[in-house]
Amino acid sequence: MLSKRIIPCLDVRDGKLTKGIKFRGNVEIGDPVETARLYYEQGADEIVFYDITASAEARGIMLQVVEKVAETIFIPFSVGGGISSLEDMRAVLLAGAEKVSVNSAAIKNPEIISQGAEAFGSQCIVVGMDVLRVEKSPDCPSGYEMVIHGGRKRMNTDALWWAREVERLGAGEICLNSIDADGTKDGYELDLTRLIAGNVRIPVIASGGAGNPEHMTRAVTEGRASAALIASIVHYGEYTIPGIKDFMHQAGVKVRRTW
Amino acid sequence: MLAILNYRAGNLTSVKRALDHEGIPCRITDDADILARSRGIIFPGGGAAGSAMKNLRENGLDTLLKDLISRGKPMLGICLGCQIILDESMENSASTLSILSGSCLRFDHELLDEHGDPINIPHMGWNSVKLVRECELFRDVPQEAEFYFVHSYYPEPRSDLLIGLTSYGRDFCSVFGRPGLWAMQFHPEKSGRPGLKILNNFYRYCMNI
Repeated sequence: MLSKRIIPCLDVRDGKLTKGIKFRGNVEIGDPVETARLYYEQGADEIVFYDITASAEARGIMLQVVEKVAETIFIPFSVGGGISSLEDMRAVLLAGAEKVSVNSAAIKNPEIISQGAEAFGSQCIVVGMDVLRVEKSPDCPSGYEMVIHGGRKRMNTDALWWAREVERLGAGEICLNSIDADGTKDGYELDLTRLIAGNVRIPVIASGGAGNPEHMTRAVTEGRASAALIASIVHYGEYTIPGIKDFMHQAGVKVRRTW
Repeated sequence: MLAILNYRAGNLTSVKRALDHEGIPCRITDDADILARSRGIIFPGGGAAGSAMKNLRENGLDTLLKDLISRGKPMLGICLGCQIILDESMENSASTLSILSGSCLRFDHELLDEHGDPINIPHMGWNSVKLVRECELFRDVPQEAEFYFVHSYYPEPRSDLLIGLTSYGRDFCSVFGRPGLWAMQFHPEKSGRPGLKILNNFYRYCMNI
């Protein structure tokens, strides 16, 4: 039986670790390679790196980080942020990442999903979705709208429609981030998580809003997510990954507890 | 030295990084002499069965591998490398190496998980392996250890080759083989310490025969 995955997310800028709250006011909190090693040793099931600069010159720095991480940890990890071409994908995968995550580029140019899946395999292609709760409308019948640029730009695209579309195009996984819940620590947006996870046949990672292990448990039970993404609750030492896993295990969720 | 077989399809570097980390000497190669001189061969995963077989045949690696194995060269097949040593694969209807008897099937979309929901395909994530037969590659690997899987096809070898079972909608064979010739569907190079232990155990076997 497949375990539910606990995935710390590391925001990286210019090769250094940051954590943004509501995508603004990032503060530097450490070295991404050392932090990845720490989470690996603590039993993280996977790690997500998000390159929040993604300027041309910063890309080289990020690739060096990816190479070092690949030599240090022996679990899958993905890299996202500013990936907009097959060349970007290839560079990150060659540097040692297991998966690449595309977000705004996929909405602007959906073909990058199918091209990436064809070139590298669906299992490599994660589509990141930033989603805003809106009034239901003919354009957004699900009441959830796709946004980009950390929520600053609304795309007039229905989130449920887009989730099914990325599955059809060959995405291997969806990382579903609620802009409304992100940074609140009030819990994942379960209605959204359940809506998307219940309507696609690829794994969905719940993201945005984790404040405690109970939230994570609910994301993978009521929300039907395959994995839960976390950041500040572990970055600032409030909770540890083994502690979170013990809690989830007690709550009856299958998680990996031996590493 | 272990040889990591370069068949221009799989993810070779992650196996190399894992062996480097463990201090196990290794080379990525498709050179017949180096493969013959190696203490053991790792056939890594990734890619599709059809294109992998095409690359193997074009370089004459299919017959070379069979020859080396028949002369007792230890080999470990990972993921696609485990599927391809069987007789045939549903993936691309490919006829494969036929080193061990069996075939490779696709997960049925109708299968249900433990909550009664249809399973996702590929099977991606951490899952456990129940050994049905003792296997020295699993020496000192905790029974509860889990391993990282990512695949849509699974091996179905002849029953006497079965070593480990994993449950995903149904029980499928995740480890099979015989002493010196092992195949595993999961990725030991991406399975944390238990996976690295398996690679170490394989290396130790290779050095001791």
